[in-house]
Amino acid sequence: MTDDLDDLKAAMKAATPRPDPAVKAAHLALAEKNFADLQGSRDGARLNSDRPRGGLWSGVRKMFATMTTRGGLVATTAIVAVAFVVLSPAGRDLLSPRDLTRPAVVEEREADEAMGLQDTLQETAEQMAEPALEAPAVAMPSPAPQAPAAELATRSRTLGQTLMKAAPADMIAPLPEADTEAFANASDNPLKITAEEPISTFSIDVDTASYAVVRNSLTNGQLPPKDAVRVEEMINYFPYDYPTPAAGEAFRSTVSVSPTPWNADTRLVQIGIQGATPETDSRPPLNLVFLVDTSGSMNQPDKLPLLKQSFALMLGQLRAEDRVAIVTYAGSAGEVLAPTPASERETILSALNRLDAGGSTAGQEGLQQAYSVADGMAGDGTLQRVILATDGDFNVGLSDPEALKDFIAQKRESGTYLSVLGFGRGNLDDATMQALAQNGNGTAAYIDTLSEAQKVLVDQLSGALFPIADDVKIQVEFNPAQVAEYRLIGYETRALRREDFNNDKVDAGEIGAGTQVTALYEITPVGSPAQLTDPLRYGQATTVAGPDELGFLRLRYKAPGESDSKLIEMPITADLPAQADAGFAAAIAGFGQLLRESTYLDDWGWDDAIALANANRGEDPFGYRAEAVQLMRLAQSLSR
Amino acid sequence: MRMDTSDETLAQAAAAGDAAAFSALLQRVYDRLFGLAFRLTGSRTEAEDLTQDICAALPGKLSGFRGQSRFSTWLYRVTVNAAHDRRRRQASHSKAADGWGDWELARRAEAEETSEQVDWLMAAMRGLKDDLRDTLALVLDEMTHAEAADILGVSEGTISWRISEAKKHLAALRATEDRT
Repeated sequence: MTDDLDDLKAAMKAATPRPDPAVKAAHLALAEKNFADLQGSRDGARLNSDRPRGGLWSGVRKMFATMTTRGGLVATTAIVAVAFVVLSPAGRDLLSPRDLTRPAVVEEREADEAMGLQDTLQETAEQMAEPALEAPAVAMPSPAPQAPAAELATRSRTLGQTLMKAAPADMIAPLPEADTEAFANASDNPLKITAEEPISTFSIDVDTASYAVVRNSLTNGQLPPKDAVRVEEMINYFPYDYPTPAAGEAFRSTVSVSPTPWNADTRLVQIGIQGATPETDSRPPLNLVFLVDTSGSMNQPDKLPLLKQSFALMLGQLRAEDRVAIVTYAGSAGEVLAPTPASERETILSALNRLDAGGSTAGQEGLQQAYSVADGMAGDGTLQRVILATDGDFNVGLSDPEALKDFIAQKRESGTYLSVLGFGRGNLDDATMQALAQNGNGTAAYIDTLSEAQKVLVDQLSGALFPIADDVKIQVEFNPAQVAEYRLIGYETRALRREDFNNDKVDAGEIGAGTQVTALYEITPVGSPAQLTDPLRYGQATTVAGPDELGFLRLRYKAPGESDSKLIEMPITADLPAQADAGFAAAIAGFGQLLRESTYLDDWGWDDAIALANANRGEDPFGYRAEAVQLMRLAQSLSR
Repeated sequence: MRMDTSDETLAQAAAAGDAAAFSALLQRVYDRLFGLAFRLTGSRTEAEDLTQDICAALPGKLSGFRGQSRFSTWLYRVTVNAAHDRRRRQASHSKAADGWGDWELARRAEAEETSEQVDWLMAAMRGLKDDLRDTLALVLDEMTHAEAADILGVSEGTISWRISEAKKHLAALRATEDRT
């Protein structure tokens, strides 16, 4: 056996090449330069907790966008690779196994700092190395003594954990960013102190695109980018057991209060809205314009082919008096199918099947043509909707996103709504999709599988296509005598100003037939040990409407086509019974916050989320909830 | 003049800010560093990238070396950890890039280039699982089992077991190739 090993050693010696002298010289020069820089900057370096302006990826993305040759990409990737080892806390820790016991808090602060520093990436590699190396010089704690093997084993395990904590996969995996995805999101809604800011106002959000994007990422073996996770869209993906509205009512709101799974000293207030389901027979005829992106990037199995299948599924749901037209955009916009009654299934299907991907993308031109086709189809009492199907690529033609938004908003006023279906990953421009759908009073959904198409376009078709209430706004006023602090979970991109609630000119989300909307607040009762802020010494307890009320819910909506809003009001009291499946909404809220690495969960983790979701799966006729549990388990493994 | 000075003494002088000591030390260890990087990664380009990462970061890391272990052991641990990090990044990249157009094509082209350059031993080593390959790379680099155990943070017994596993795999591979 020893001979074997000696043979191997000899073979290995022979196989190992000599280092290239030029490369070696360059490496030594780099090391020496970094060494010199380090000496020079030793006195000046200071860690601070200020997070520099600008995002981590904007710089990298710009860099990739401007350097598109292969050589350029290779070069920039190499720079990124160096930068990641040097700049990221992960790289630093990898190279210094001594200070593993440093608390995660410090890691995060450094992560923030490193993220800011990354903006300088586009400069030369040498310039980068300078700020990067300042930090370690002062940040290194004293080393641990040489440890026995057993202790090292424990430490190398903690190394993995520390790494995951310090640098989520999307931070240390630069290469997937070679795609041009952009996600709309904002920082977590902060904790609000009731005495200072008793009123919380937001627009409802019935989109579910974020959940599908999260699912797609996880099943591809990656944690989703933090900004792709919008907690409210994940919660709203699932149907809950809300009571149906009384006859003649557009929707019914239900408020329930239940314990918070991740904090025994706070409560979750769940606001549920159930839209009425009108008889499908009595619904007005529908004019649909499919606006299909046929740019070259759509030529992938999960894009155009899936789109064709999805639309074919949807056709089965239409009635004879509905009409369908197809407009494509790819370099030049074209009407592929003139308005055709849905009963002529064969004609529509064959037009769909003739769609072919090629050419560059000009989103705006196609959009204008689709709207003009829709205008031409408008008749008495009909509903018009443009359904834009794209991989999110608006490369050509969208020089001014604001102008496009205005265009869509103006068309919305004239009665034509817009829904956006996203297909495929890679250059999914989630932010633009969101903006377009929000301005067009439509929904944005992301279709990654045929079963998702089934859910969005068949099971929930009526909700997606028939608005029953427009501009639905929610305002909650909390009672400072009962609630010390509150926090809205999710809805970061949907915040409204307090005064906009009563302003009917301000646009907000719409509710479709049969749809549900759920919003969760985490509230801290007065005197609870979970209170994070100290009461004001000179504060005045404000007047109290009813001693038992936690708060007061106000909801405004407009019937479709009307310009004056209606108001619904109801008090939120502590003794409201918990919603039967409140646990599942809470589990999904936890899931989303874990993915966003929210700081409010304390040590409540994946195991708790999975157990809670499992315990509250209920009937789950479509298997959505079972799938969510699977995704949580995947995410748990990936985040280890 | 520095030829007699030990690696450890040089490293401590460098950590204290002696630029000449740092240059001398890096000159001395560079070839071994590159050799290990090559064994860990299995391709010249990869090894050069890895070595560059380490060279760039070494000045900052060095302040943490206090001479309680051999410098080579410390440096190898740094190298193995950096290699793990690269692998992890590449794994997530290739997962994400599957079927994603240009990036995937570029990656495949690169993989082809490198595979032409390596001989059967490297190819065979790449076929081993990561932990077996790391262990073998260290032991083939004149590290004792105890030292390899220290660097990888596992017990000496584990190292011995991994070596015998790796040898079994290589022997099996050679047997198949001899038959064909």
